[in-house]
Amino acid sequence: MAFDGAFFEARAINAWRGERHILRDVSFTVRPGEFLKITGPNGVGKTTLLRVICGLLPAETGSLEWRGKSIRGNRDEFNAELSYLGHLNSLKADLTARENLKFLSGLRESLTDEDVDAALDRVGILSRGDLPARSLSAGQKRRLALARLVLDNAALWILDEPVTNLDTAGIALVEELIHEHVSSGGLAIAAAHQRLLDDAPILRRLELEP
Amino acid sequence: MKRTPITHAARLVFQRDLTLAWRRWDEVTQPLIFYVVVTTMFPLATTPDLSQLRVISGGIVWVAALLASLLALEALFRADVEDGTTEQWVLSGQPLGWLLLAKTAAHWVLTGLPLVIMSPIVGTALGLPGEAWGALVASLLLGTGTLSILGGIGAALTVGVRRGSVLLSLLVLPLAMPLLIFGSRAVGMAMDGESPSGPLQLLAAIFFLSLSLGPLAMSAAIRISVEN
Repeated sequence: MAFDGAFFEARAINAWRGERHILRDVSFTVRPGEFLKITGPNGVGKTTLLRVICGLLPAETGSLEWRGKSIRGNRDEFNAELSYLGHLNSLKADLTARENLKFLSGLRESLTDEDVDAALDRVGILSRGDLPARSLSAGQKRRLALARLVLDNAALWILDEPVTNLDTAGIALVEELIHEHVSSGGLAIAAAHQRLLDDAPILRRLELEP
Repeated sequence: MKRTPITHAARLVFQRDLTLAWRRWDEVTQPLIFYVVVTTMFPLATTPDLSQLRVISGGIVWVAALLASLLALEALFRADVEDGTTEQWVLSGQPLGWLLLAKTAAHWVLTGLPLVIMSPIVGTALGLPGEAWGALVASLLLGTGTLSILGGIGAALTVGVRRGSVLLSLLVLPLAMPLLIFGSRAVGMAMDGESPSGPLQLLAAIFFLSLSLGPLAMSAAIRISVEN
C-alpha cells in the first residue's frame, strides 16, 4: 500500500462559530482504504468540521490524531500529507491553468512540466492549459482545482462539496479519482449533498444533525 | 516526485507575484506615479527657488516615499486570502513565515525598489545636492525594506477587516516614524557634509529586527485571518 500506517482519528470534537455551538462531540476514524462521506442539511457544520480537521479552525475541545500522534505540535508533518479542496478553488484568475498548478502544487512537490500536463489531462482540461484561469468556465475551474489533488500525492484528501459546478462527466471523474485514491490505500473525507460513490463498498457515512 | 525544499517554494511564491504583477502592471505602477506627482507638487505649492527647496528636499522625498509605500500595502494579502490561496499556503506543510516573507520581498521589488531608483532624480529636481544621493538611496533602501515588512504585518492583521485601510495606516504609521526621522536625518547630515553613518546604522538595526521577527508576526496574523 502506498500510505503505510496512515490513520486519522477525531475524538469528541466541539466547535463554536461565534455564539453557536455547531459541532457537538463529533468522533470518527478513517483508515486507509476508506472514504468518509459527511452529510447533513445546510448550516449543520460540515464545512466547519472539515476546516477543524485541516487545522484552519481551532476546535474548542477534543483531539485529532494522525498516525496515532496528536496533530497539535506535528502540524507541518500532517499538512504535508494532506490535500484540501475547499469551497474556494484557490486559483489566480490572471495565471494560466498550468501556472496555477506550478505555483500552488509546486510548493508541495517538485513538479516537471510532464507532471502538470498529466494532471491536466487526467481532469480533462489539457487543451485549456495555456488559458488564463479567468477564461475557464466554473466547471473547468473546479476541474483545475481537482488537478491539485492528483499532483499533491497526499495520503488524506479533504474535500468540501467536490462536485460543485461539475457536469455528469465531472461527477464521474470525482468518483473515479476518489475511488482510485482510496483503493490504492489513501484516505478521503468529503462533505457532499449529491450522490457520491453511494453504492461503493469503500464508503462510510457520518451524518451530522442539527 | 519529491518534496519541494523551502528555498524553492519561496522562490515560486516570489516568481508568482512578479508574474502576476507583470500582467497587472497598472496597479503596480500606482505608488510610483503617486511618488513622482507628490514631489513635483511641492515646488509648485511652495517656491521654485532651489536654494530654499534644497533645505527641505530630503524630508519631502522621505514623506512621499513613506506615503507611497503605504498606498501599496493594503492590497498585499487581500486577493490571496479572498481566493483561498493563503489557505493552501497554510496547509502546504512549508513554513508559512518564509512564504509570506518571499511575498513581501516580491512586493518590495515591485513597489519599494522603484521608489529608491527614482529618488535621485526626484531629489535632484528638488535641488538635492549630488553628495547626498548616497545617503538618500541607502536610507530609502533600508527604510522601504523595513516598511514592506512592517506593512506586511499590518496588512496581514487587517486583511479580514472591512475598510481596513484606515486601521492599517493607524497601525503602521506610528511604527514608521523612527524610519522617517532617521532617514531624513541621514540625508540632512550628508547635505551638511557630515557622515550619515549614525542614522543609517540605526535604520539598518531596525531593518534587521523587523526582518527577523516580521515573518513570525505575519504568519500568526495570517493564520488568524484564514479562520474566518
